[in-house]
Amino acid sequence: MIDKNTPAKDLTIGGNIYEAGNAREFKTGDWRSIRPVYISEKCKQCGLCFPVCPDDAIPVGKDQLRKDFNYDYCKGCGVCAKVCPFGAIEMKTEGED
Amino acid sequence: MSIRERLSGNEAAATAMKQINPDVVAAFPITPSTEIPQYFSTFVSNGSVDTEFVAVESEHSAMSACIGAEAAGARAMTATSANGLSLMWEMIYIASSLRLPIVMSLVNRAVSGPLNIHNDHSDAMGVRDSGWIMLFSENNQEAYDNLIMAHRIAEHKDVLLPLMICQDGFITSHSIENIELIEDEKVKEFVGSYHPAHYLLNDKEPMAIGPMDLQAFLFEHKYQQAEAMRNAKKVILEVAEEFEKMTGRKYGLFEEYRLEDAEIAVVCMNSTAGTTKDVVDELREKGIKAGMLKVRVFRPFPAEEIAKALSHLKAVAILDKSDSLNGVGGVLFEDVVSGMYTNGNNVKALSYVYGIGGRDTTAQDITSVYTDLEEVAKTGNVGNPYRYLGLRKE
Repeated sequence: MIDKNTPAKDLTIGGNIYEAGNAREFKTGDWRSIRPVYISEKCKQCGLCFPVCPDDAIPVGKDQLRKDFNYDYCKGCGVCAKVCPFGAIEMKTEGED
Repeated sequence: MSIRERLSGNEAAATAMKQINPDVVAAFPITPSTEIPQYFSTFVSNGSVDTEFVAVESEHSAMSACIGAEAAGARAMTATSANGLSLMWEMIYIASSLRLPIVMSLVNRAVSGPLNIHNDHSDAMGVRDSGWIMLFSENNQEAYDNLIMAHRIAEHKDVLLPLMICQDGFITSHSIENIELIEDEKVKEFVGSYHPAHYLLNDKEPMAIGPMDLQAFLFEHKYQQAEAMRNAKKVILEVAEEFEKMTGRKYGLFEEYRLEDAEIAVVCMNSTAGTTKDVVDELREKGIKAGMLKVRVFRPFPAEEIAKALSHLKAVAILDKSDSLNGVGGVLFEDVVSGMYTNGNNVKALSYVYGIGGRDTTAQDITSVYTDLEEVAKTGNVGNPYRYLGLRKE
């Protein structure tokens, strides 16, 4: 596993990646300045939010129900909050309650 | 038996490419290198190579196509000059940072403007720090020989850097000279086939090339490039040794001409070395201890070796066929003197900018440099070290 402590001699040349399906390892959640907050009591599980997420930040379980946000990948774009008809997603500024 | 021929520098480069028979050639015509892809496209048409020739719409695309081909796992070559190289600029850095051993024939010409199609080294000097290996060639034979050696250097596992072979526009590119060609089979065997360790078309190993490389990694990747450039010095010499066994023609990092017992010397590159050798011979007849050092390998720059080779002199003049417009001196001068300084060599050094835009540099001009050097050697007084040769100043 290559990370920020790997010395130059152990890095691949040019940063080449010799495997597929590794976007999962690139956690982009720290780009976020506003955060969606899931209010489960208001959620009707209508299924409108997760298809519009441009990343993979709204997990859906085997039970077909959406779960709380995966903040490792959510960049805070707010599209999910915009499409929610029930006010079950609220956007909050990061660092504030 | 080698083949005796007479070819222009461009024909020599195209012939080397024919014998190398690369998978892809992508190029756009520009004077004075136009003939290289022109001749090569003829080889493609008449079936003497099985190369995919990509007639691109610009040099930016030429380099991009070479990058794509090389990343896919193919051997790719191109040729250009001056503004063609300028238009490649963005992709020149991509090629070296992705560690793709593309080989280019650079026929040196003044970069506009004002518009000039004749020889100087301003195109090559513009990419001197782009991470390409740069070899310079005095004549057609060297342009040919350097190309035959190019892939062995560039594709070496300790190197993996793109490489350009420079020769002087018109002066050698369009002059027909006697040349000794190597038989096709021998070239094929010497160059060998290309088997990259990792490539995009390998279905056994999916890979990503050129991913985002932020604060945590770019520094280390640049260091890797610098290391590869340092490694190249040894590889260049190893390949040259093998080449000598095949042809009898000896190549080093630079050529020393009557330098061993010289008191004064000129350092230069490309075709000017031919003129300078003649001048050295004439001066030697008169008992003047003149010598010359011709830089063949400009990147990686053999600073330590050059400093050592010049250490016994009383004075040295470094000739730059490109003015750096930096308010100080030429690139070669700066590289040579910084190498001398860090290696404790205190020889008096002069910088001459010469031959800009194809200005003819005669034996008389070079003789005047040696006359200046004799004066400096005698008095120990350098005066203004930043000089011009053949310029109408006043």
